[in-house]
Amino acid sequence: MLARVLRRRKAALVGLVVLGLIGAVAFLAPWLAPYDPIRVDPAAALSRPGGEHPLGTDQYGRDILSRVMVGARLSLLTGLGAVAIALGAGLVLGLLSGVLGGWTDLLFMRLVDIMLAFPSILMALVVVAVLGQGTANVMVAVGVSLVPTFVRLVRGDVLTVKENVYVEAARALGCGAGRLAWRHVLPNVVAPVIVLSTVAIAWSIILGASLSFLGLGPRPPIPEWGIDLSNGRSYLLRAWWISSVPGVCIILTVVAVNLVGDALRDELDPRLRALANL
Amino acid sequence: MLTYIRRRLLLAVPVVLGVSVVVFSIVHLLPGDPVLAILSGANATAEQEAELRAQLRLEEPLTVQYLRFLGRALRGDLGRSIFSRRPVAEEIGEQLPSTLQLAGTAILIAAALGLALGVVAAVRRDTWVDRLAMLIALGGVSMPSFWLGLLLIVVFSLQLGWFPATGHGGVSRLILPAATIGLNYSAVIARLVRSSLLEVLGNGYIATARAKGLAEWLVVLKHALGNALIPVTTIIGVQLGNLLAGTIVVETVFSRQGMGRLAVTAVLDKDYPLIQGVVLVSALGYVLVNLLVDLSYSALDPRIRHREAEDR
Repeated sequence: MLARVLRRRKAALVGLVVLGLIGAVAFLAPWLAPYDPIRVDPAAALSRPGGEHPLGTDQYGRDILSRVMVGARLSLLTGLGAVAIALGAGLVLGLLSGVLGGWTDLLFMRLVDIMLAFPSILMALVVVAVLGQGTANVMVAVGVSLVPTFVRLVRGDVLTVKENVYVEAARALGCGAGRLAWRHVLPNVVAPVIVLSTVAIAWSIILGASLSFLGLGPRPPIPEWGIDLSNGRSYLLRAWWISSVPGVCIILTVVAVNLVGDALRDELDPRLRALANL
Repeated sequence: MLTYIRRRLLLAVPVVLGVSVVVFSIVHLLPGDPVLAILSGANATAEQEAELRAQLRLEEPLTVQYLRFLGRALRGDLGRSIFSRRPVAEEIGEQLPSTLQLAGTAILIAAALGLALGVVAAVRRDTWVDRLAMLIALGGVSMPSFWLGLLLIVVFSLQLGWFPATGHGGVSRLILPAATIGLNYSAVIARLVRSSLLEVLGNGYIATARAKGLAEWLVVLKHALGNALIPVTTIIGVQLGNLLAGTIVVETVFSRQGMGRLAVTAVLDKDYPLIQGVVLVSALGYVLVNLLVDLSYSALDPRIRHREAEDR
């Protein structure tokens, strides 16, 4: 199916290739990076791009190229990890809510309503306030902020799928709620969930970098795109490359994910257009 | 309509209570003694600790503590900031207008730009104009607001010198931060306007309007846009709430005062009473905005009232 989508949609193909490259660089960063990303070298501080440092150095003389290569790991990890958390919780709670119905549904939906009362970044702030700063906590914070959106989507689709005759037939044959949810309902709600997950990865990368930018994520000197971008703020004119390189990296990654996500959405489920707004 | 409003208001009550429970729990979810956790950020004196302990009365059952928290919050007493020692409600009251001003300006920019971009793209569907508009929108959706903000600072204040880069007060200091948020959100609105308009343009009554010889722009503006805007209004509504959150990042980038900056410094300082206050007020604001949007939305489109009535 993916192959068909890609043949028809060149933009998605471009997105996928870019993502593959970024992923490969992130994976191989410890071997590819020309310098130690946290090694300070005052003599080389604020070097222009080119020569020994292809993308220049920051005010401490740290190599920007090495930092963004290693930093890619954290950004991708935050995006994937947060969505994994939201996806897991969303599938379990959404399926339970939709399949069981009744009081379970009522309770879960009221909980989701309450969670939705917190705009995602505010929810993430609350989680960071409780758990403290740090890499893993940012991932959890972003993941938790996405949970209600996933639960709602899964539950809504389960309710539609549940009306089908084959579900009724399975139930009439004595199929239990667990098996019903797993074997008969889940496979039919996968498409929209895939679409939402893609959009959510893009969003998580931005939100994760925003938290780091605000100083609520991993602590310096850990290389991370949001941290590095914030680090170059006072050097925007003198050394534009400090902030620009991580900035371009974030946009490139997010655009690539969005290109793939848009194509998947149009192919799988045009109804989901509104999810572009998450 | 009245029953709809009444039911919608009733539905908001459990949410508001739920929000207050979440905010109340922030302190109690912290590991260890809440009083020590609250004071962990500051070099608190024994006096301060005793005062806080007397105020929180942690030895009482949680439900009693919660009810007292709720009672105080209802009277507008949100406790005192650990650092400034000032009432939290006062601090928030000082910062709120600036954020509302920023959010209001941003939504105007977002709606105007998003509408224009979306309509142009839909009308010139599958031409280079459409592709360019959607490319701009994709960039806008994918651009982190802190990066966009920094770029605007470089171009418009450092290079051109048109606006001051940071700080607070006056229209000149409002434009860049508002544009940052507005540009981000206009991208979302543009994509939605385009797809919604394309859907409506496929309807039979549009063909009728065209067949009777109406100019294309009249068809779009008079017949199609109204219906296409219905889903867009909801999104703008949802975005209004998210704008409150968008201000968190942008206020920091532009060193502007406001609720967002207050929230970030509170979390960085571990100033828990302040965190609780800011989170409570922001979440309640968000609930209120969504409520108003829902109500106005149902006033615009009677179908929603009826659909919801049937759901019951």
